[in-house]
Amino acid sequence: MGGAELSAAASGAGAGGAVVPPAGPGRNLVRDHARAERRRRLQAIGLVAPLFLFLLFSFVGPIADMLRRSVYDMDLAGVWPRTAAAMHAWDGNGLPPDSAFAALGADIRASAEAGRVAVAAQRLNYPISGGRSLVMNMARRVEADDFKPPADWRAAFLDADPAWGSAETWSAIRRASGPVTDYFLLNALDLHKDAAGHISRAPDGIFLSILWRTFSISGVVTLFALLLGYPLAYVMTHSSGRVAAVLTLFVLLPFWTSLLVRTAAWIVLLQDQGIINKALMAIGLIDHPVRLMFNRVGVVIAMVHVLLPFMVLPLAAVMRGIRPETVRAARSLGAHPWTAFRRIYVPQTMPGVGAGVLLVFISAIGYYITPALVGGADDQMLSYFIAFYTNETVNWGLAAALAVVLLAATAVLAAIYARVVASRGGLVT
Amino acid sequence: MVDIVSFDKVSKSYDGRAYVVRDLDLSIAQGEFLTLLGPSGSGKTTTLMMLAGFEVPTSGEIYLDGKPLSRRPPHERDIGMVFQNYALFPHLSVAENLAFPLEVRHRPRAEIRQRVEAALEMVRLPQVGARKPAQLSGGQQQRVALARALVFEPRLVLMDEPLGALDKQLRDHMQYEIRALHDRLGVTVVYVTHDQSEALTMSNRIAVFAGGRVRQLAAPDVLYETPSDLFVATFVGESNVFAGTVAARDDTVARVALADGTAMAATAMDAGAAGAAAAVVVRPEKLLLGPLAETCENRFTGQVADVVYHGDHLRVRLAAFGRDDIIGRMPTGGPALPAIGASLAFGFDRAAARAYDPAHGAG
Repeated sequence: MGGAELSAAASGAGAGGAVVPPAGPGRNLVRDHARAERRRRLQAIGLVAPLFLFLLFSFVGPIADMLRRSVYDMDLAGVWPRTAAAMHAWDGNGLPPDSAFAALGADIRASAEAGRVAVAAQRLNYPISGGRSLVMNMARRVEADDFKPPADWRAAFLDADPAWGSAETWSAIRRASGPVTDYFLLNALDLHKDAAGHISRAPDGIFLSILWRTFSISGVVTLFALLLGYPLAYVMTHSSGRVAAVLTLFVLLPFWTSLLVRTAAWIVLLQDQGIINKALMAIGLIDHPVRLMFNRVGVVIAMVHVLLPFMVLPLAAVMRGIRPETVRAARSLGAHPWTAFRRIYVPQTMPGVGAGVLLVFISAIGYYITPALVGGADDQMLSYFIAFYTNETVNWGLAAALAVVLLAATAVLAAIYARVVASRGGLVT
Repeated sequence: MVDIVSFDKVSKSYDGRAYVVRDLDLSIAQGEFLTLLGPSGSGKTTTLMMLAGFEVPTSGEIYLDGKPLSRRPPHERDIGMVFQNYALFPHLSVAENLAFPLEVRHRPRAEIRQRVEAALEMVRLPQVGARKPAQLSGGQQQRVALARALVFEPRLVLMDEPLGALDKQLRDHMQYEIRALHDRLGVTVVYVTHDQSEALTMSNRIAVFAGGRVRQLAAPDVLYETPSDLFVATFVGESNVFAGTVAARDDTVARVALADGTAMAATAMDAGAAGAAAAVVVRPEKLLLGPLAETCENRFTGQVADVVYHGDHLRVRLAAFGRDDIIGRMPTGGPALPAIGASLAFGFDRAAARAYDPAHGAG
């Protein structure tokens, strides 16, 4: 719309310039018009600039940094610059030349003295099992007071540990020598690259199953939110003022409470000695507590509750815009009430269903606190692992790569949604 | 004429206290164009909604083809309906809108296509089938709504102020179009409007509603020429109303004295006996001005307060009997425009004036 107006204005100006003779008032008009347009544009930029800058620093910047971290890998190269250079010079076939062993030996010694060898050891521990001890053992050797730099570093390494003679080890060092790596992204998708550069499924990968778990929990939560939210939104929009106001209040209430408090409230309700179990036992439906917490049931219940407003509000907004006469018209034209609802009412709510489903699903796949508090070990979603790798193991490359996977999934969903809405010609209000 | 619909002592109340429709007896003949005319709140729309099935009578019964309707839901009544705001289905194309009533009746696909095409042809919109309703103008949407209500060939079509949202020019045009369709198809139409000129233009018969009752049910000319009470007289068409007291009356003639002592003779309608209050009603076009007034039975003189040129006639506002809102009409192209403030003779015949009981004036 704005674009069309702008281009229309631009072509209008062009036509005016062509018609008006290039003398006297004509030239003035063109100049004045251009000046007025410029003023208008500057004003618009001035009004938008603060928000733009805020978003740049608080949103675009961090995301860009995260994307960078998922492929940028300077842990090893930062500590072992000579090794990194030698690795870049090496073609990667078999074992590297002696000079590479010498460079690594010198680097390990220098970094051990500087107290930074653990960073590189940690980095090598990701691709090589036992990589950390391999490096730390060597570091202890070269750090020893009586250690003299040998003439043959290769022999010295092999003497310390035969693993230094393995092509796998050196291939891992080479791929970790930066500055760019696909290791974290492949790892986030349960893939790994062998010494020959072939990509294959990692046998012990867990992230695909976690991704699947994240999607399936989000899908179930979205489905329940829709099943509960659709009738609620319907009653909210089609009942009298008072009932509608009370229902709206109940839907909005969760918005005014902190997520942590709401989740904690569910813990009180769902635990073995909680209100729900006690009530069920009191009326004799069960004779011992049903496990409602630290499993999938609790996670789904709590997440549906927390996310329900995101389903109900867009649905109610769309339903409010539907003319009730259309359903009446359908009935007068011979449609059974159920047919009128299914063929006339429901299709008109689809923009709201789309918006609600997408909002809930996208919020759900990024959920962290609720599954962490109410769920068990098998109910943790992708965000939990992002937090785990960020805070616990400080493997920021992998955390960033998992975040990229999450971001990509969200972007794909948003694109699908935009296409669905556009093809319906509808708009979300 | 065969009656297709009859209302038998139908009453409707929403709150159990006030009647919206009260003791309605109304018969609708096969093939006629019946208009329910009345101000808002007069019960005309409620009557239509009871016929469509969206409202249930509180008491009484409606019969369609002699069979009681109360327990039949809207979708089993086979009554087409055109709503005030068209109520087209916004998510379906025009052709899909028209196909809807045929699809829910499980008609074969080939027949549906052919009938949708014919219906679009009928409302002279053959090329818009693929468009969405929002891409059509108001008048086009109205025609699609009309086609949709007719496409399944119902015997009865209800229209609830269908032209209310259109501008005047389009409204006049659509009036003739709806009338022509009615003449061509022979379908029975029940039409609700508060616009008396629309009712006069289109209908075979008009039922004037006020206060939940039918005040008069008659053909347009009868309704206009001989309204049965003061409400109908003032609601349908423009009228001069002179309030006074009955001085004398017999079966046909009432002599009415105005407050300032002026006496006039009028055809007695429901005016009371001597001494009762009365209202004499005269249409502006029956109020003759200048030389034309000389032969009139009731003759007066007034001052010209205002003259408005209307193209085909002049509208003259006169001051007399202590008021200045007496309206008369004069053909244009006459000798001279009356000057404002000048004296002007005016008058009317007894046949053109009717004396009513003012108690029946309010809605």
